[in-house]
Amino acid sequence: MSFPLLTATAALPAIGAVATAAVPAARRSAAKWLALLVSLATLALAITVLVRFDPDGTRYQLTESHAWIKDFGVRYELGVDGIAVALIALTAVLIPFIILAGWHDADPLETGSRRWRPTQGFFALILAVEAMVVISFEATDVFLFYIFFEAMLIPMYFLIGGFGDRAHEHGEEAAATQRSYAAVKFLLYNLVGGLIMLAAVIGLYVVAGNFSLQEIAQARTNGSLHMATSTERWLFLGFFFAFAVKAPLWPLHTWLPNAMQESTAPVAVLITAVVDKVGTFAMLRFCLQLFPEASKWATPVILVLALISIVYGALLAVGQRDIKRLVAYASISHFGFIIMGIFAMTSQGQSGATLYMVNHGISTAALMLVAGFLISRRGSRLIGDYGGVQKVAPVLAGTFLIGGLATLSLPGLAPFVSEFLVLVGTFTRYPAIGVIATFGIVLAALYVLVLYQRTMTGPVKPEVSAMPDLRARELVVVAPLIVLLIFLGVYPKPVTDIVNPAVKQTMSDVHKSDPKPEVEAAK
Amino acid sequence: MENLIAPLIAAPLLGAAVLLLGGRRLDRVGHWVGTLLSATSFVFGLILFADLLGKDAEHRTLTQHLWTWISVGSFQADVTFRLDQLSMTFVLLITGVGSLIHLYSVGYMEHDERRRRFFGYLNLFLAAMLLLVLADNYLLLYVGWEGVGLASYLLIGFWQHKPSAATAAKKAFLVNRVGDMGLSIAIMLMFTTFGSFAFGPVLSHTGDTSEGKLTAIGLMLLLAACGKSAQVPLQSWLGDAMEGPTPVSALIHAATMVTAGVYLIVRSGAVFNAAPDAQLAVTVVGAVTLLFGAIVGCAKDDIKKALAGSTMSQIGYMVLAAGLGPIGYVFAIMHLVTHGFFKAGLFLGAGSVMHGMNDEVDMRRYGGLRKYMPVTFITFGLGYLAIIGFPGLSGFFSKDKIIEAAFAKGGTEGWILGGAALLGAAITAFYMTRVMLMTFFGEERWRNQPTRSPQAPSAEPAAEHRGEHAEPHPHESPKVMTIPMIVLAVGSVFGGAFFSIGDRFLHWLEPVTGHSEGDSPLSAAAVTGATMVCLVIGVAIAWAQYGRKPVPVVAPRGSLLTRAARRDLLQDDFNHVVLVRGGEHLTRSLVYVDHTLVDGVVNGTAAGFGGLSGRLRRLQNGFARSYAVSMFGGAALLVAATLLMRAV
Repeated sequence: MSFPLLTATAALPAIGAVATAAVPAARRSAAKWLALLVSLATLALAITVLVRFDPDGTRYQLTESHAWIKDFGVRYELGVDGIAVALIALTAVLIPFIILAGWHDADPLETGSRRWRPTQGFFALILAVEAMVVISFEATDVFLFYIFFEAMLIPMYFLIGGFGDRAHEHGEEAAATQRSYAAVKFLLYNLVGGLIMLAAVIGLYVVAGNFSLQEIAQARTNGSLHMATSTERWLFLGFFFAFAVKAPLWPLHTWLPNAMQESTAPVAVLITAVVDKVGTFAMLRFCLQLFPEASKWATPVILVLALISIVYGALLAVGQRDIKRLVAYASISHFGFIIMGIFAMTSQGQSGATLYMVNHGISTAALMLVAGFLISRRGSRLIGDYGGVQKVAPVLAGTFLIGGLATLSLPGLAPFVSEFLVLVGTFTRYPAIGVIATFGIVLAALYVLVLYQRTMTGPVKPEVSAMPDLRARELVVVAPLIVLLIFLGVYPKPVTDIVNPAVKQTMSDVHKSDPKPEVEAAK
Repeated sequence: MENLIAPLIAAPLLGAAVLLLGGRRLDRVGHWVGTLLSATSFVFGLILFADLLGKDAEHRTLTQHLWTWISVGSFQADVTFRLDQLSMTFVLLITGVGSLIHLYSVGYMEHDERRRRFFGYLNLFLAAMLLLVLADNYLLLYVGWEGVGLASYLLIGFWQHKPSAATAAKKAFLVNRVGDMGLSIAIMLMFTTFGSFAFGPVLSHTGDTSEGKLTAIGLMLLLAACGKSAQVPLQSWLGDAMEGPTPVSALIHAATMVTAGVYLIVRSGAVFNAAPDAQLAVTVVGAVTLLFGAIVGCAKDDIKKALAGSTMSQIGYMVLAAGLGPIGYVFAIMHLVTHGFFKAGLFLGAGSVMHGMNDEVDMRRYGGLRKYMPVTFITFGLGYLAIIGFPGLSGFFSKDKIIEAAFAKGGTEGWILGGAALLGAAITAFYMTRVMLMTFFGEERWRNQPTRSPQAPSAEPAAEHRGEHAEPHPHESPKVMTIPMIVLAVGSVFGGAFFSIGDRFLHWLEPVTGHSEGDSPLSAAAVTGATMVCLVIGVAIAWAQYGRKPVPVVAPRGSLLTRAARRDLLQDDFNHVVLVRGGEHLTRSLVYVDHTLVDGVVNGTAAGFGGLSGRLRRLQNGFARSYAVSMFGGAALLVAATLLMRAV
């Protein structure tokens, strides 16, 4: 038997999480270094997956399959296609930066504080989330996927509820209350979504008799498994609802601003750049493959909801006074683009959406982590508390601007490629929706530049006048992310080459092909 | 030889990277590094130009393919450059004028502690602008298009500790983004129509699709052009852009970037030729803007804003010409080049005046400066004569051709457009004479005026700590600044004649843009005669108002039109009320709706099933205990689910 590479990629951070948690209380910094090393080793494994994966080979590669719960045909079945490989790589790349950015986020508070801040726990939880996210990307057994899709709520819940920003405008008590509200809201929204999905998972088993994604999908394609139209639609809705909460899609989005606002910046990045991607990924993998007809049936409604997310999220971002909430609403707008690209059912839309997931992860990480550095210096999340930072901390301001420019999809940076692909992929099939979505690019410029103007330009506010510029550790976090944004902006081929064949498969699952141009001769 | 195209772009890009990442070590040499790389790019341009001249007119196209940028399904975008006569013209203008302005900035920005960064941004601008004109497809052009927008944003807001500069920068970027929507949609339309957005496939197959599609593409390209080239209705940002340092106004907001819209239209000529409705829209936009900008230019007392109005108006001429189709393409570009010379020269002159006048920008506080700044006076004066179209100078040739072409459009349209262009010529003569008289002639109004004009604070913040209460001591600028002014003045004087004698410029560009004579109801001599009459009338009125009578230091209240023109014909007020205020109300109410309605309804719906909202409210009050309770709930649920599966 060959080395179980996929299991190892998920197991390593899981073991690392346990080991980190077990570091004695007095050796905090050892825990940090251990977590960082584990995340880097996981990155090495993820790169191995990337290298071993043959984009033009079979659909699922590096597969592993073992019986688990025999009575119900639940199997421990792993396999990756190009989309999963890209997202595993994204996760593995981001986690070390998240750990490094949050280096001091779980240090004990000054003496006299009532709150206990378990450093080991913080880093162990991050690794635990990584493990569960990775295995969610790998699982090709629906039940196995469901278990980890739900289980990752637990470490996330503790990360949101247990570790907030140090400073809070209404004092520590109020901060704890709001944090707990945000954490519970996150948990309950996602649990409700998960419960509905559980019903659908059981329903699927009743209809199909097993949980294997490949078997069911194959049976559906060759006609041996027939589903009544209404059954397929109900099951689709059950799955989609859970993913739309996670992604999140309007109007199920309201947990995200609370969660991102109350958690520390690295955890906020973990939520929006990593965990939420499982939702959009699962739409591509499970909704489209298992329920192709129902997916097409629901497309008009989903596209309209995605369009609302794009415009509504952006407008709300414009109206925010809190930096982190602003980024959260911007993410809602971006998730609208991703979902729109998936359901446009064109190769540009779906490849664009996958690339968008990767690029959004990197750009949001860059913007949010720098915002976190800024917030930790001044002790406030409110935009109005800043002004003129550019003058005192030019490197911080410069990196913040680049993160912002990536968020508004400036051509030359990575997000432009994916956003344009999504737009063009939508436009070829649904011109009106594509045109309305382009308003998103104006609104994105508005919220990013207003944020930059209010925080970084103008006269230097006295409270920020002594603000230090980025430190070495912080530069190590930001600089590689910026390099990635530029590299994937001018040369996205490494990602698209991996993703394109997988998208081609998905397109054939739903029996769709790209619309033909009017003038063929021009090719 | 085509392998030299990439280095042409790479040189300033390298400069930008080195200067922006280099840190303080480079502070002492940074400006020379930037200038040198800009000049290097110009030399590459000259070599390529010589190479093109050595070929037949029909074979003067070089392409260089670097790599495949995006490839998804049939969507193919390549990083490929295309150098032909049209892009060559731009390359020489951009790198030539660009290098002169780099040189000028060495002196102008001497006392600015962030001079290195300034040169980094200027180099970034050059690279983006070269990419814009050298791209072989619309998507790559888009990268340059937004790249110049970014450079413009950074440079308008260069003195970003001033709120007005930061606001102006943001406004410029946002208005341009509205135009970018047009470019995005145009590219998407090209893709669905032609399956490609590279120049070759699109522009050679316009005959295979419907006029409706082409009209839509044309109108979207026009929207893009309006944003970048400050044409009505997206012109509002250009006046505010004068918050940037004056060399920026000269290079980006006069000579090069703002002409990108004209480039886009002329480059897409094949689309417009087959879409007469889109062409009509282009001419209307051009004609309206040329009058709009000219009227605004008449009322401004800030020398840079008066010149900005003039820029808008002159680009209006170019857009008008570009809308005329093959009758006008060549002349649009010819005016673009001569305008590049004289408008850059005028701005540098204005900068030189400000440099000698404690950064004062209010022309009512100038006067009689010709004695103190002879070089500035002469170079500015030559630029002035060129822009009003004084016989024999550049503007005379290039503007006259556009007016002729407008009449040659034929029919009622021709008369209306030609009439607007003639009227514009008269107004141009008026406002430029006004600028000239207020600045260099008349009383020395800056004497005994210790306080600054309150309504027009200087754009240059250096004034704030340069002893502004002292009386200014006007002086000539250093050589590093006057030499570029002299070179540009030479171009302003001889450029037009050089291009026109033997129709050199026409023969050069015709293979790319095509040309037709049109059908003019008037003879060329009659048009020239009418233009001269307009010129004399404009100068005479300005002389009567500003030459014979003393200029009051405080602006008189003025007529209704004057007051409206001072406020950019009220369109900023319109924007403020409708877009800014309206938008604020919209976002504020949406924040409320999201917080109460959407959140409330979703929570409430859930409450109907499981008491979610009540539980949420209760949970807000405790923490440690409630963690445990809800966690237990979650975990129990999971376990129960698993067990359930076993038991079924």
